[in-house]
Amino acid sequence: MELSGLFFYFVSFLTMAGIYAVICLALNIQWGFGGLFNAGIAGFYAIGAYSAAIITSTAASNNVGGFQQSIFVGMAVAAVIAGLVGWGIARLCVSLKSDYLAMATIGIAEIIRLIIVNEEWLTNGSLGVSNIPRPFEGVFKGQTAEIVFVLFVWMIVLLTYFISHRLHKSPWGRALRAIRDNEDAAESIGKDTHSFRTQTFVIGAIFMALAGALSAHYFKYFSPDATEPILITFLAWVMLIAGGSGNNKGAIAGALIVWAIWSMTEILTGFLPSEWATRSSYMRMLLIGLFLQFVLQRYRSGLLPERAPKLDKLRRS
Amino acid sequence: MIQLENVSKRFGGLTAVHNCSFSIPTGQITGVIGPNGAGKTTVFNMIAGLLQPSSGQIFLDGEDITSLPAHKRQSKGLYRTFQLAHEFSRMTVVENLMVAADSSIGENVFNAIFRPSIFQKHEHAAYDKAMETLRFLEIEKLQDELAGNLSGGQKKLLELGRTLMQTPKVILLDEIGAGVNRSLLSKIAVKIQQLNDDFGYTFCLIEHDLDYVSRLCDEVVVLAQATVLTTGTIDKIKRDERVVEAYFGGGKYEGAHA
Repeated sequence: MELSGLFFYFVSFLTMAGIYAVICLALNIQWGFGGLFNAGIAGFYAIGAYSAAIITSTAASNNVGGFQQSIFVGMAVAAVIAGLVGWGIARLCVSLKSDYLAMATIGIAEIIRLIIVNEEWLTNGSLGVSNIPRPFEGVFKGQTAEIVFVLFVWMIVLLTYFISHRLHKSPWGRALRAIRDNEDAAESIGKDTHSFRTQTFVIGAIFMALAGALSAHYFKYFSPDATEPILITFLAWVMLIAGGSGNNKGAIAGALIVWAIWSMTEILTGFLPSEWATRSSYMRMLLIGLFLQFVLQRYRSGLLPERAPKLDKLRRS
Repeated sequence: MIQLENVSKRFGGLTAVHNCSFSIPTGQITGVIGPNGAGKTTVFNMIAGLLQPSSGQIFLDGEDITSLPAHKRQSKGLYRTFQLAHEFSRMTVVENLMVAADSSIGENVFNAIFRPSIFQKHEHAAYDKAMETLRFLEIEKLQDELAGNLSGGQKKLLELGRTLMQTPKVILLDEIGAGVNRSLLSKIAVKIQQLNDDFGYTFCLIEHDLDYVSRLCDEVVVLAQATVLTTGTIDKIKRDERVVEAYFGGGKYEGAHA
């Protein structure tokens, strides 16, 4: 019994780490390859989660919903809406220099959060959306369902990884990295920097939304509390920077390690005396900070630093 | 051939370039000289499209390119290097050149994700061209080095290489010699001469070193106080008192010689 408890703890750990891995891969496309400082990850995550929740929920209380669509339709809708919102934001903000883009995206994420909290007809406000189904719920029950879901999440992780890998090694990715390194020089060799950055922002937004959709299906209930910037934006940045910005494997490794620290310290703080327990979340934040310090002192470009795509196939000796 | 007609550029109250007219004839090496702050780089940035002139027009082979965005001028054969090295620092040397090759098919995001096989041929061509260019510049051993780790002079060579990846018509070199040691500098001069002789590429270079300019350039444009002071061959320029004055300042040097 003890052993199976541990196993299912591990399954739930992998599920959340997988969802974060998708966010991290998306952020890696935006920041690692494109140099776009998106500090509004939580906004796109929320758009994805709410779109999927509203489209797929089996019944709605006071808000729009209960469309009972399949999970795949929900994810497609989430991707399209986030892509459109991302495109609109990119049109406005993407030519801002990195720190100004960060400020703009923080503001946009906050606008999205306020819309979600206040537009009760759409999102049921702070009460959240419930009755969100899980994939293959009719077929698998109980603990098997947990295993099926973790596999489903990691399928999405692999898909994201595959797409990001292809983007990285293509001429598209090469042009994007050139724009990241020097915008004026990239313009001088004919790269339409505005168009590349817009595309990058949209692709990132789509995958962030897919991660949001996955978590809505995982929790089966989604409220604005789940889109706290500290839980999404902050953690995702720590994961990517520690894991290795510009490296897809690094993004996944960072998600696994940082989520391990985050979630396992929750167990440890459970053993603390009650007067300490109230401070536990701050201590966990402190631990994450210390970890980031440690990693960056030892490995300046993250655990798995950026590597240029292999050109072996192009070499004819 | 590039022609500037009455081009001016104002930054707020400052007139950086005022009514500037000159031309860069095809197949020649034209030098642009002038004291610091004369507006040389501003003129370059306007020809390259990084800055929009406040007034006046710029023509490339008779076509008005005044308001064409910078990234569209490359397809017209107009290339440039920068005064301070603008390498792609976190990319390898060979990637720095490959990125300047024609990769329009592989730069389509749909193709990049779903149809990588259709641009493999272009990738091979880009790689081969990049290696050929690196061999021409004699830096092929550095191909897998990150460009950010190169020396100042090597970065300048790399930037020159970047302009050669497609078929350039006009190459603008903004102080290619700045911060480069003498021996590398004369190597760069040999390469520029070779490119001009063998391929007929048109060059326009900003340079402070008058020996370098006289060695390379057919015609020289002298800018001073935001406008064209005079143009002509280097010998004519050297004898022009106004040029001497602009460069060395009202008679100080004559006094020193006496």
